[in-house]
Amino acid sequence: MLTLDPGRNAGSIAIEGLVKRFGPVRAVDDVSLDIRAGEFLALLGPSGSGKTTILMAIAGFEYPDAGRILLGGEDITWLPPNRRNLGMVFQRYTLFPHMSVLENIAFPLKMRGIGRAEREERARDALRTVQLEQMGARQPAQLSGGQQQRVAIARAIVYRPRVLLMDEPLSALDKKLREEMQIEIKHLQREIGITVVFVTHDQTEALTMADRVAVLDHGRLQQIGAPRDLYEAPQTEFVAGFIGETNFWSGTAAIAAARGEAVAVRLDGGGVMPATAVSPLPPGGRVRLALRPERLRIAAGGEGLEARVTEAIYAGNATTLMLQAAGGQMLRLRIPAGAGLPEAAVGEAVTLGWQAADARAFAVTP
Amino acid sequence: MAAARSRPNRAGRMALNAAAYAVTVFLLLPTLIIIPMSVGPERFLRFPPAGFSLRWYAEYFHDAEWIAATLFSLEVGLIAAFCATVAGTMLALALVRGRLPGRGLVELLVVGPVIVPHVALAVAMFLVFERLRLTGTLLGFAMAHTVLALPFVVFTVLAALYRFDAELERAALSCGAGRFATFRHVTLPLIAPGVVSAALFAFIISFDEPVVSFFISDLDRKTLPRKMFEDIDYNISPTLAAVATMLTALTVLALLAGFVLKRAAERRAAARNG
Amino acid sequence: MSRRPSRFLLGGRRFSPAASLALAAPFLLLLLVVFLLPLATLLHESLFVPEPGIGNYARALQEPVYLRVMLRTLRIALFVTLLALLLAWPLALLMARSKGLGLALLAAAVLLPLWTSVLVRTYAWMVLLQRNGVVNQMLAQLGLSDQPMRLLYTEGAVVLAMAHVLLPFMVLPIYSALKGIPEDYSRAAQMLGASPWASFREVTWPLCLPGVTSGCLMVFLLALGFFVTPALIGGPQQMMIATLVSQQVREMLDWPFAGALVGILLFFVLMLTLLFRRAVRLDRFVGQA
Repeated sequence: MLTLDPGRNAGSIAIEGLVKRFGPVRAVDDVSLDIRAGEFLALLGPSGSGKTTILMAIAGFEYPDAGRILLGGEDITWLPPNRRNLGMVFQRYTLFPHMSVLENIAFPLKMRGIGRAEREERARDALRTVQLEQMGARQPAQLSGGQQQRVAIARAIVYRPRVLLMDEPLSALDKKLREEMQIEIKHLQREIGITVVFVTHDQTEALTMADRVAVLDHGRLQQIGAPRDLYEAPQTEFVAGFIGETNFWSGTAAIAAARGEAVAVRLDGGGVMPATAVSPLPPGGRVRLALRPERLRIAAGGEGLEARVTEAIYAGNATTLMLQAAGGQMLRLRIPAGAGLPEAAVGEAVTLGWQAADARAFAVTP
Repeated sequence: MAAARSRPNRAGRMALNAAAYAVTVFLLLPTLIIIPMSVGPERFLRFPPAGFSLRWYAEYFHDAEWIAATLFSLEVGLIAAFCATVAGTMLALALVRGRLPGRGLVELLVVGPVIVPHVALAVAMFLVFERLRLTGTLLGFAMAHTVLALPFVVFTVLAALYRFDAELERAALSCGAGRFATFRHVTLPLIAPGVVSAALFAFIISFDEPVVSFFISDLDRKTLPRKMFEDIDYNISPTLAAVATMLTALTVLALLAGFVLKRAAERRAAARNG
Repeated sequence: MSRRPSRFLLGGRRFSPAASLALAAPFLLLLLVVFLLPLATLLHESLFVPEPGIGNYARALQEPVYLRVMLRTLRIALFVTLLALLLAWPLALLMARSKGLGLALLAAAVLLPLWTSVLVRTYAWMVLLQRNGVVNQMLAQLGLSDQPMRLLYTEGAVVLAMAHVLLPFMVLPIYSALKGIPEDYSRAAQMLGASPWASFREVTWPLCLPGVTSGCLMVFLLALGFFVTPALIGGPQQMMIATLVSQQVREMLDWPFAGALVGILLFFVLMLTLLFRRAVRLDRFVGQA
């Protein structure tokens, strides 16, 4: 099994004030990131968010307009890709079609002037790491998509780089295989102790695999944190909407609130409900309220918000209700199965409620 | 830091690009340099020209022999383009949509006129045409040029047919159209840009064709390339520069038309997929 | 013709063999009468006139005059291929890396010569290279030569002009092979530690080799049987097989001997085509506008 010696911070990456323009567009807009050695970091965002450009800058295929990139404390911003000693796995399996599987894996060792015997031994070792030891003599085209991607990983780690870059490596695979590979890659990363920077537009994938996730939008870093922090404490409206399902609601702050304090929000459709201020709110300031469907509850009588059930969707582990609030607002409410929570039928009028901590109020900048 | 900021490999890439542009100039310059030379007033071609004059263009239009050769080439080109387009489109349909016995052999025949050196074909035609008294006749030229243009027509129409989504034919049939109506209203309109550009290039091939024309012309019926060939061989007169310029202009027009047709075909394909 | 035809066909089914044959009939008839019959007649002539046997072929291959012509033809075709390959490389590479307007302009620069009359292009070279032509005028003006140099009717001039005329046939297949290599391959190679040169040598070159083979073969084949350019630029001094055939037919009226020369030329061409059957992708040259 291939493992890395626990060097000092050799596998850490620091991105400082990175800017990359394509014509008038700022693809990456002043992004700073610290990636710890041995960490699995996901760069998550929709297309055009700048996540791939950041990866390409780390890899050396894009040179930034401003900022710098440090690898283990050393400035690599202007180093050509072949001298960075990073591993990379691409979106489409980029196995060289004119080389056998083993030759593909031995290629980086050949480029490093390593002798034939050692090359072959180390390539076989890497092939064993990805559990394909029987496939060395095959041609890439003879392998399935998942096998090809495993060979691509073996090829990217055979020369023991400190960092492995992955550019949506699983997007070409079907759903079941993708989920298997997610666990396999995660496992391999822990075993080897390699730093992984993983680009994806799939939030489930990012939450499943990463130690920390950096969410990007329009070239700006929105939030970086552990998956749980992103889901439960999104710092921007974009993050709240991009990760998981969210009900959004517009309103005004009834009172002033400091960051993290509870605040009463006067909803646009009528009603005053509790929330937690994500940023300081002035009284009467416009806010957007974000609320997860599973945190919305049918109140067993008492105060709350009036709404009518328009649709009920049963999905085994949970039931999702589509609701129309009195002001016309459409909402989703999820009731986990077996928790003994009150349910409701289509057409029924219900009263809704939630905890202040579960609703997050974002200041709307006019 | 300033030195380190220069991108790696930039020098190598710039050298390669410079070489590429030099090759582009090499490709275009010899043909383009003829254009300014054709408007010089003098009897000897000179670059740069000593003045501006359309004298040599006038010479061409007043010379009965040049005009006769041009009209004959035009006639041959139109007939050859028509015959090659019809026969080539039919064959392409048979290859894609039919069960053609001896398909491999037919495909070999298609590439025949491209693979076999034109001089070999020209001499062979000369021998047979002389026995059949076909040298210097419209029929002889039209047949010879049709055969030379056929491979290009077949390749172009094949490409158009492969791009064409055969599901559309099934859709037409399910709408109640018969086989012929389907071809007439669905298949043909959709491959039309391919067919028209095939006809265009078949015409250019015939109109420009020098080798076969060189052999099967006779003294009073000759094509434009044959007339040019004779004039080049005997005297490099500036009239030739004028003719060459006009021929190049014609090629540019044909290429532009071909480009427009290709864009039209792509737009149709995009409309179908989007 | 590499793609398999679609399975759903006009009327939901394919044309019957008889209907297919009817569609192919005009083509087959034309090829039979104007292609196969003339070639067969000429080759028959070469084998049976003046008497049955291979006398004409023996003469072509034994007499030093003719042997020299054949060796010159092979040599010129080889040099033309090498020169065209050398010139085509950077252009094909730049085209493969270009997009949009840049690519359109480069493609036009390749396609315009491809479709411009061979006669026009050969004539242009004659104008450039003749005794009082543009090149000699320039050299004199720059004071580089006191008297005009003899450029026309030299082997160098023939090679240069033919390489120019045939260059598009080299550029297009190499370009299309390069275009078929995803950019990620060379990126992957560089990521794995290959220098740009190593990435080219180990990845790009082997992957575009089919295009290079195809281009070289096309240019070599066309050069072997080329007539117009050698006839005008080479003249009788630099006679190649095609010009020799023409001379035998038009001046000596020796059809059987010309037939034998054509037979030898056809033998070369067919052998090469069969050897590299898979490399000859003629459809690459059509529909490129």
